[in-house]
Amino acid sequence: MSAKTNSRLEKILVAGHKAVTSECGPPRGSNPSHIEEKANLIRNHVDAINITDNQTSVTRMCSLAVCIRLKLMGLEPVLQMVTRDRNRIALQSDILGAASYGISNILCLSGDHQSFGDCPTGQNVHDLDSMQLLQTVRLMCDEGKFLGGGDIEHPPKMFSGAAANPFADPYKIRVPRLAKKVACGAQFIQTQCIYNVDKFIDWMGKVCDRGLHEKVFILAGVTPLKSAGMARYMKNRVPGMDVPDEVVKRMAGVSKENQPQEGIDICVETIERLKEVKGVSGFHIMAIEWEEKVPEIVERAGLYPRPQVS
Amino acid sequence: MIVAKQKPIDEIIKMVADCGKILVLGCNECVTVCEAGGKKEVGVLASALRMYFLNQGKEVVVDEHTLERQCDHEYLEEIRDIADKYDAILSLACGVGIQFTAEKYHDRPVYPGVNTCFLGATEQRGVWAERCQACGSCILAETGGICPVSRCAKRVMNGPCGGSSNGKCEISKDVDCAWQLIVDRLKALGRLDDYEKVMPLKDWSTDRAGGPRKVTKEEVMD
Repeated sequence: MSAKTNSRLEKILVAGHKAVTSECGPPRGSNPSHIEEKANLIRNHVDAINITDNQTSVTRMCSLAVCIRLKLMGLEPVLQMVTRDRNRIALQSDILGAASYGISNILCLSGDHQSFGDCPTGQNVHDLDSMQLLQTVRLMCDEGKFLGGGDIEHPPKMFSGAAANPFADPYKIRVPRLAKKVACGAQFIQTQCIYNVDKFIDWMGKVCDRGLHEKVFILAGVTPLKSAGMARYMKNRVPGMDVPDEVVKRMAGVSKENQPQEGIDICVETIERLKEVKGVSGFHIMAIEWEEKVPEIVERAGLYPRPQVS
Repeated sequence: MIVAKQKPIDEIIKMVADCGKILVLGCNECVTVCEAGGKKEVGVLASALRMYFLNQGKEVVVDEHTLERQCDHEYLEEIRDIADKYDAILSLACGVGIQFTAEKYHDRPVYPGVNTCFLGATEQRGVWAERCQACGSCILAETGGICPVSRCAKRVMNGPCGGSSNGKCEISKDVDCAWQLIVDRLKALGRLDDYEKVMPLKDWSTDRAGGPRKVTKEEVMD
């Protein structure tokens, strides 16, 4: 297998390295300096940086603009695109715009429901769903066609990804659902944050039984916990999140000032364990507003230095 | 049926506050079944308005009338001789009936006494729930008889999304995850393999996206 795009992420995965990605949330304002700082904190320790698309439905600077900024800084962005806010015209249009700046990675998502965000009275679009967006990206890239049937003059070249949540319900369709995403054109997967490692390994085993790990690169998602409070919040309040009691207990078992370090230790141990799991092609480290800790996690997990690809 | 819910009384009063003669007009169809705008609700609302105006020291006539249907020319003719007597018609029909009444009685103010909510069914007495969004292109054959357009908060065609938890939707523990229901039903039908068929992009041109819609059946047209 050889890389088909200019994506560094794709090249690293195709070369057989364990990839490392992370993500940064755009600002709630028009000043880009903070997100530039966040990206610079992790630039040497990750292969690509996801830029979230109005995550949790809170209005922010647009993902595409930030991705362009990162690209101009010489970094490798992953354009997150949710189907909540744009119809098929806008989605195709943004894909072309991204490609025009050499953005080569896209993550297709449905997005959190707008009732969680700052515009709960707004309309949602959902003209397409995340799988149909994947199909759209592949149609544009592989066949050089618009959804309307017209030819694209200079088709984009994108490495297309999707999310998978092994911890959502119903569990029995979580592997078939991944198979559907692969069938729709997912080339890489970033999973929901993994705290229940046993359950993830069980899911991954079933993924491998179907041979899906040979068709798609799966990056295991991890998020370092900052406190016992955060662990409890994730466990009880975040839909589709599985934080086992022993993780909450472990966080609560150390003094408040030592909890951040404990969270990082858990994160590193999780990566160490998952490195040995068949089918895991890399890691997606979502250090929510804690980007400065990403280098430490990557280094301690033995994932540094990052491989160079041309 | 079309499910509606009566507007708050304060909002209704604001609309008709300056009227001297009001006709509260009910409908004997859907809004009767969902107990929002039938004869009984017309009576209750008219009494509340009379009480309000009495307390305000205003002499206002509030009459009651309920039609078989407000979405039908024939039945709307029933108030032809009396409509002119009123400063306002307060319709408790769905949005269709309210508009049809307004079209028919062009120079009479017609106000909505209800909010029209959705196409739904009676789950139990006093509880009505949405089942259809009239997208104009039914996919229930593919989804085990459960509609993701009306019952999934993101109308995901290839669900469930990552927010499905213990059979419930991420938006509320009171909302069933449509895709959990679909998966369960496909399983009950022995069709779980169909889950892996990818649902193609939906043609929304038959939905509201295509503009105001009309159905014609030529063989029955006059």
